[in-house]
Amino acid sequence: MSMANVDKGELISQVKQQIAVANAQEMLTQMTQKCFKKCVNKPGTSLDSGEQKCISMCMDRFMDSWNLISQTYGQRLQRME
Amino acid sequence: MSEMNDNEKELQEFVMLEKQKAQMNAQIHEFNEICWEKCVGKTGNKLDHSTETCLCNCVDRFIDTSVFIARRFSQLLQSQENGGM
Repeated sequence: MSMANVDKGELISQVKQQIAVANAQEMLTQMTQKCFKKCVNKPGTSLDSGEQKCISMCMDRFMDSWNLISQTYGQRLQRME
Repeated sequence: MSEMNDNEKELQEFVMLEKQKAQMNAQIHEFNEICWEKCVGKTGNKLDHSTETCLCNCVDRFIDTSVFIARRFSQLLQSQENGGM
């Protein structure tokens, strides 16, 4: 297999993109579960405006939480070195 | 010929680094899932101070738990071996 035929830069950017997509999918899956649980308590025939507002806020808080945990984890790893 | 090896080396390093980053992300997702359940009640316009404190503590205590369990488990295994003799 000849590496010369493969555009290395393209391969690298493809892999990075795939990883980013996988990360986003995991985020969306968890976010959906958590926010459905928090916001939709009695499923009706549609999502009412209250539920939609709750879901929007929940999404924002979920990402706040992710960022905070990412920070804390990074700091803990640095301390452990 | 040596140009091919440099390319392969660079790609190998890249893959290793991306793998590490992906593992870190997976760990963060796991922490977020567990600690959200423990710490977040009603969601509002922002995370309040006690929730943030809880989330930070949760990550540290989870890692402490993991270390504790690894240590004690190896002790249990050792004492089993000794008892078995």
